[in-house]
Amino acid sequence: MSALDGTGGKAFKVGDDVNTDYIISARYLDVYEPEELRAHLFEGLGPERAARAASCTVLVAGRNLGCGSAREQAPNALKGAGYKAVIAASAARIFFRNAINVGLPVICAPDAAEAVNDGETVAVDLAAGTIRTASGATFAFAPFPAPVRRILEAGGMYPLLAELAATAGRDATGTREGASWA
Amino acid sequence: MGMTFAEKIFAKKTGRAAARAGEIVSVRPDVVMTLDADAEIIIRFEELGLPRVWDPARIVCALDHYGPASTRRSADLHRRMRLFAEAQGIERFFEVGEGLTHQIMLERGYALPGMFIVGTDSHTPSYGCVGALSCGVGASDMLSIWATGELWFQVPRSARIVLDGALPPGVFAKDVILEVIRSFTASGCTYMSAEFTGSALADMPMAERFVLCNLSTEMGVKSTWVEVDETTRAFADRHGGAYGIVAPDPDADYAALKRFDVSALAPMLACPHRVDNVHPVAAMAGAPVHQAFLGTCASGRFEDLAVAAKILGGRHAAPGVRLLIAPASRAVLRRAMEAGHAQALIDAGGVFLPPGCGPCAGIHEGLLGQGERCVSTANRNFRGRMGNPDSEIYLGSAATVAASALTGVITDPRPYLA
Repeated sequence: MSALDGTGGKAFKVGDDVNTDYIISARYLDVYEPEELRAHLFEGLGPERAARAASCTVLVAGRNLGCGSAREQAPNALKGAGYKAVIAASAARIFFRNAINVGLPVICAPDAAEAVNDGETVAVDLAAGTIRTASGATFAFAPFPAPVRRILEAGGMYPLLAELAATAGRDATGTREGASWA
Repeated sequence: MGMTFAEKIFAKKTGRAAARAGEIVSVRPDVVMTLDADAEIIIRFEELGLPRVWDPARIVCALDHYGPASTRRSADLHRRMRLFAEAQGIERFFEVGEGLTHQIMLERGYALPGMFIVGTDSHTPSYGCVGALSCGVGASDMLSIWATGELWFQVPRSARIVLDGALPPGVFAKDVILEVIRSFTASGCTYMSAEFTGSALADMPMAERFVLCNLSTEMGVKSTWVEVDETTRAFADRHGGAYGIVAPDPDADYAALKRFDVSALAPMLACPHRVDNVHPVAAMAGAPVHQAFLGTCASGRFEDLAVAAKILGGRHAAPGVRLLIAPASRAVLRRAMEAGHAQALIDAGGVFLPPGCGPCAGIHEGLLGQGERCVSTANRNFRGRMGNPDSEIYLGSAATVAASALTGVITDPRPYLA
């Protein structure tokens, strides 16, 4: 199954400007494995909300999701906890890149982010570019730019680079043809 | 239609006459930087099975976020980074205590005008102060650069920020940028390049320009730029490397334009728990302080220690206040010692921490206790950032932190600098 197939799940909804410290504390910056990071997901929002986050698989956020620190542990913690997709009114650029790089699609769709209720089940069709809520509302979103699609189709940046290294060999990973993102 | 600074850099780096905001491009950075919080890159690089990084001479790395190590795990990550740097021939590798990467980039002249720089830290936009385009990424993006030399970027839109007037005594770049962040909000410049210009820059040395660019991260910028002038050229010439000035066209297209009169500014504070929750220091004056922290990439430079020493010299921090000082680098510490500022701060009760990031991210030293209040020169005050969700962090200039340490309550520094 490609990351661009249909996905979805129960929504965990947060507000505006939820920073990466709240997603995963800097205390865990010496941890990398998603399976280990998951235990600390959203600790910064307090124990009650962290417990609720653990039972969901789609993050729905307001503006500027993932602002602050560049830590890739933030989307990795989401991934480790089984999150399939992120829907936000807008996302901070490094968080956006990091999430895509760990194979977690981030969809910037303000109308959908507002309409989805906390705990509601959401279906996301990345290929068609649609979000559907349990109550039947449907929202369209713009397709991802080419490099983002390429990374998501490979399952993340690491699998993509591993593919390049394996198929093209050492030399080709250093050439423009093998690696160019344009 | 002319080009902004960011559009010009991306045009230059892609070998074309023009680049436009919104375009997706593939770029080979001039310099990249990374640090211990992203040791994952090394682990993944080794897993890729590639024998060499793309260009060891273009990689800068410092152990700054949790050095000296406070856990077995972080100690081992530091060990692996040292071994990797040695095996790969990364000569610009900086041990625990040498300083934080952003300061090293500046004082060693690794960041020069016209460069395109990528770093695995959200405060990487700082190098706009020297006329470089620099932006932050995460570990996997850096892995792509280490493996292939290249990464995709979107050419950002730009905001023009005009700083008119002259700074009043006791008001610093920190106060200016906090006011700018208040005005734009935490998301007001998301994915933009912030270009600073205006007459107020003339009075700002490189250290102060760095503060403008560093804190701009807190309104979402991708990168920054400060108008190039004699201060920029003197900085670049002092480091002797080759550089090329890149400046925006007069008729460039901006997504936002704001003007600020810095002459009218008072010392400002970012109040809990948001960097855009900005108020004059006077509005918060009198609130008791338990910890005063001088340091970080925002304000751990010689100029910051100098102004703190001016306020605290010959006096002592108030009882019950822990005054922590983490110089941004060993060079800063040495200069502060030679000038007598380190002695003055120690005599005032200050505790020197190793050069590096210090307690800013709440990882390994200087954490806050339940219900405590910290006044800090750092750039983030998120709830729990310094280790305790029931503590408060207020962000201000080095002068405000020093004056507050002296009195034991949040204090406007201006009377102490008169």
